[in-house]
Amino acid sequence: MGTSAFDAVIPVICVTLAGLVVLLAESFRKKQERMPLGGLALIGLIGAVIACVLLWDRNATSFGMVTADNYALFVNLIILTVGILTVVFSQHTVERDGLPAGEYYALLLFAIVGMMLMVQATDLLLVFLALETMSIAVYVLTGIRFNDARGTEAAFKYFLLGAFASAFLLYGIAFLFGVTGTTSLDGIGTVVAAQSMSGNPMILAAIALLIVGFGFKVGVVPFHQWSPDAYEGAPALVTGFMSTGVKAAAMAAFARIFLSSLEPMITDWAPVLWGVAAITMILGTVVGVAQTNLKRMLAYSSIAHAGYLLVGIVAGNEVGKAAILFYLAAYALTNVAGFAIIGLLGTKAAPNDDLRDYAGLWHTHPALAGLMTIVLLSLGGFPPTAGFIAKWYIFSAAVGSGYYWLAIIGFLSSVVSVFFYLRIVVMMFMTERDARPVPLPVAASAMAGLAVTVAAILYLGILPSRVIDLAAASISTVF
Amino acid sequence: MLSLIPLLPFAGFLVNASMGRRLPKAASGGLASAVMVASFLVAVQQVWALAALPAGERALSQTVFTWIASGDFVIDLTFRLDPLSAVMILVITGIGSLIHIYSTAYMHEETGSEFARYFSYLNLFVFFMLLLVLGSNFLVMFVGWEGVGLCSYLLIGFYYTKKAAGDASKKAFIVNRIGDYAFILGTLLALVTFGTLDFQQIAGQVAAMPPEVTFGTFSLITLLLFIGATGKSAQIPLYTWLPDAMEGPTPVSALIHAATMVTAGVYMIGRNAVLFEAAPLTLTIVAVVGALTAIFAGTIAIAQNDIKRVLAYSTVSQLGYMFLAMGVGAFGAGIFHLFTHAFFKALLFLGSGAVIHALHHEQDIRHMGGLKAKLPVTYWTFLIGSIAIAGVPPLAGFFSKDEVLFYTFYNGHQLLWVVGVITSLLTATYMFRLVFLTFHGEYRGPQSAQGAQRAHGAHGAAAEHSGHSEHSVHDAPPAMAVVLILLAIGSAVVGFLGVPHALGGHNQFGEWLHPSFVAPAAHGMAEAASAADEASKIALERLLMAISVLVALAGIALAFGVWVRRPEIADRAAAQFPGVHRLLLNKYYVDEAYDAAVVQPIHRLSQDGLWRAMDVKVVDGAVNAAGQAVGGLSAVLRLVQTGSVRSYAASTFLGAVVILGYFLWR
Amino acid sequence: MIPLSYYLVLSGALFAIGTAGVFLRRNIITLLLSVEIMLNAVNLTFVAFGRQQGVVDGQIITFFVMTVAAAEAAVGLGLVIALFRGRESLNPEAFTALKW
Repeated sequence: MGTSAFDAVIPVICVTLAGLVVLLAESFRKKQERMPLGGLALIGLIGAVIACVLLWDRNATSFGMVTADNYALFVNLIILTVGILTVVFSQHTVERDGLPAGEYYALLLFAIVGMMLMVQATDLLLVFLALETMSIAVYVLTGIRFNDARGTEAAFKYFLLGAFASAFLLYGIAFLFGVTGTTSLDGIGTVVAAQSMSGNPMILAAIALLIVGFGFKVGVVPFHQWSPDAYEGAPALVTGFMSTGVKAAAMAAFARIFLSSLEPMITDWAPVLWGVAAITMILGTVVGVAQTNLKRMLAYSSIAHAGYLLVGIVAGNEVGKAAILFYLAAYALTNVAGFAIIGLLGTKAAPNDDLRDYAGLWHTHPALAGLMTIVLLSLGGFPPTAGFIAKWYIFSAAVGSGYYWLAIIGFLSSVVSVFFYLRIVVMMFMTERDARPVPLPVAASAMAGLAVTVAAILYLGILPSRVIDLAAASISTVF
Repeated sequence: MLSLIPLLPFAGFLVNASMGRRLPKAASGGLASAVMVASFLVAVQQVWALAALPAGERALSQTVFTWIASGDFVIDLTFRLDPLSAVMILVITGIGSLIHIYSTAYMHEETGSEFARYFSYLNLFVFFMLLLVLGSNFLVMFVGWEGVGLCSYLLIGFYYTKKAAGDASKKAFIVNRIGDYAFILGTLLALVTFGTLDFQQIAGQVAAMPPEVTFGTFSLITLLLFIGATGKSAQIPLYTWLPDAMEGPTPVSALIHAATMVTAGVYMIGRNAVLFEAAPLTLTIVAVVGALTAIFAGTIAIAQNDIKRVLAYSTVSQLGYMFLAMGVGAFGAGIFHLFTHAFFKALLFLGSGAVIHALHHEQDIRHMGGLKAKLPVTYWTFLIGSIAIAGVPPLAGFFSKDEVLFYTFYNGHQLLWVVGVITSLLTATYMFRLVFLTFHGEYRGPQSAQGAQRAHGAHGAAAEHSGHSEHSVHDAPPAMAVVLILLAIGSAVVGFLGVPHALGGHNQFGEWLHPSFVAPAAHGMAEAASAADEASKIALERLLMAISVLVALAGIALAFGVWVRRPEIADRAAAQFPGVHRLLLNKYYVDEAYDAAVVQPIHRLSQDGLWRAMDVKVVDGAVNAAGQAVGGLSAVLRLVQTGSVRSYAASTFLGAVVILGYFLWR
Repeated sequence: MIPLSYYLVLSGALFAIGTAGVFLRRNIITLLLSVEIMLNAVNLTFVAFGRQQGVVDGQIITFFVMTVAAAEAAVGLGLVIALFRGRESLNPEAFTALKW
């Protein structure tokens, strides 16, 4: 076995090593000593980014279970970007709120390891293991403020339901294994393509169970109920991380399994996902309207976004597959920035995550209010932001495959969603601040990170073709 | 060069948005106006270059970059200047510049940072509007379409301390979103049907196909687009937002809600003339909706007492004329009316702004009167605008309105022509009612502090004024007066650009526009009619022209008789027909009907749902019709989220059972 | 030899018992145990399928699943302790501060 056997996992190794180093450094840390743990984490993440870029177009594989095709690398770059941004935003907050820095960064890195492996996995067993690696780390991150009753409650709900849903997923994998005799995605694809399986109850049960398992991680109705609670209870920066990273990884694995191995059965599962996508888009937006807690509002918004993403899978055509990737990139940047703003404005004592806390933000934090406006416009799908192109792309895929109603529902729900995004804008620009204390100023490094992220959102909205080309090229090697 | 036209205002926006609050007022306002004037100059230069080309080939385009390219469908960010968009950019940058200059004086009471905020929105608006008209395909147009809606929303709510302003901005936004939704669906359908979103390519494809006689794809696409247009251009049934939009600063009403944004729907139909012509069914609907809106809004305008609301309903009514023209296939006439209307309606709004400014934010015409002597510049310019809109020759409105009405008749819609003529009577009447009540007779305003209170309620920034007596009334300051005079000259003369053949002219305006309304392959002049036909056409046009002039004069005379000679007639009429008067005063109770049929039931549901749920208050800012509708549903649905981890698990399990059940029993 | 269907029915029944346990029982620790039952039901399915097909994959997967289950149990019990410290209760209905 030469070194090339390890090529596909080099990015994962980079992040794993960084995680281990952070953990070790923390254990040797003296009580009051300050260590640049965030910097260590950044080194690992940037190393992984470089590795991903170098692996581009090489289609490396390792151990017959891990692939580094462009599809996986594209999603991994999204995940790594999310990771880097989260670390940048966390620097100041971790210290200010007295979070256990070593554990925080190590868990962040291990979660990223799980996400990356999940995207790269070509074997269902590895998908499951990676999913658990990611999930367990994220469960703990959710409850990282262990003295906070709400944080612990959120972590417990997420954990219990997550374990519950993993059991469904695993059961589905067991049935697929039973029918095809293998857990390898290629092997399953060959068997499914060779014989008509449409009437086989076992494989249909497997599909249903896989939809439950992935649907849970992605957060679609009716498997979404954990997410508003977990998103609200977790620290805002962790919420930003898990609402994007977890969703991106789970969505990518979901799409890979359903659009490659199970693609021959698209007529069986597409109607199910059609229905799931439709109610997800509707429920996510409608319930979001009544929310007054910003984190919860964005949680429902990200449920609705999961619905839009599913539209891409249902459409199942070339445009749809590329659209999923583009949408993930746009969504990840936007949501990370949105939650980061909430997190940066809040402190342990004053979370500042209620709608009313944003009254008159334009007068106290003009730059932050401006950035938040662009983020919200992107979430609402306004041109010329990334969100608009992403939605346009997803829905043109749906229309291209003849799913007119799905596109209509999607547009209608995005019309409604604008209502609650704009409520925040109204609060920031058109409402006088009441007697509440003004939030603290925000660290310069975090502001710089936000500015870059928002610039990227605008870049994806104004000059999306490069990224769209990349996305289109990434799927061509896989599906 | 072309891209410089929208980019200049955008640069102005960037500067004012990022550091405007630190600049002195003169700098931020001056910068915003300067970029507009610069943009206007570039526009003139570009249109000059366009005019130098031979008539059939007048088109300049500039591809800035490829916006979206995936597989076989490519969308470029391309600006295209053709005769139609040339007219539009001149109106937008020209009148836009004037309104910017006017605003520097009108908004002088605002604080520095509010002043900069105002100008940054205004510049951003112009940027999006230019994007809308210069875009060569539906998607670029849509960016502008959404953007102008957003800016209009921000500007209507500019005085956010006023609750009415906040409500009005939300109403405008939501109604517009309904229209935008139809617009994007129409765009998607067009993409699926034609495989492209480029206006010219679509026109080329459509021209090669026979027009639809029954309801088909073209009809559906155009109908969806038209619904979008009714939202943006305030036509039945989506017109309700425009009168409320008058809560914004008056120059904004002039720029956005009279001269430019609201005409986007008309422009969009003109841009896709070939497509709409292939769908005669939709065209008929457009014409009927336009005519109905025209007369409907015209009747409402007669009974309104707020000076800006009269003008707002007048705008709705005039937009109805434009749609009528589009619907009967007289695209050139519709755009001509858009062009002249931009001048006199901007003039009227700015004139009303000067009145409001002079009276310290008094808007009720029942408290005005006799201002002729005190506001001479405002009076004379306002009078010119009124004569122009009433359609008295030789001012601008005469030529364009006459052309619209003539083509309505000539193309076989005699009934709609009658509606148009009645509206013309109404127009003259309500405009001169406004003139007479505002400027003639005795001053009816408060002499002391009572009125000041009302004025303060309307606008906090006026607080330092201790009340306006008759003596403190002053005419428009220089920056405003110059703009009024320029617009008055425009309102008087721009009509001569389109003197019809019947009056010995050549209708240069129509000929200039013609290439924009035919498919690229079919460029050429309008088919030459035989001499005999031409003669009878001219005779008919002269006859109709005489009728409309008489009608306009009759309307003015009526207003004179009722509101100047014997004001008691108006009161007696109101007393004699209290029902009719109340109906008109209350705008046919349309808002109330919406409220009773849609809002109230859902509101009740929401109340019960909330009551059963908990004592959660929907945030006070969210009191809004559509908001409450969805809000009620939302308040009920959120209860599913009980907080109990066991019920979440049950829902996950149920989901699994439903999917398995579907597979079993399908 | 016992036919495959027997194993599948048994594991299905176990899985159902576990599932029902999660949303019927009123003790957090029992909820954790119910999830464990579900995972073990799946393990049984893997082993049964593996045996039927004459490959060892099924059994190998089971080992991985057991490891994951152990890790999950560690995190789960840690969270239970943190929860109990806050409210002195093991009733899942006591933890509904986050809702709607």
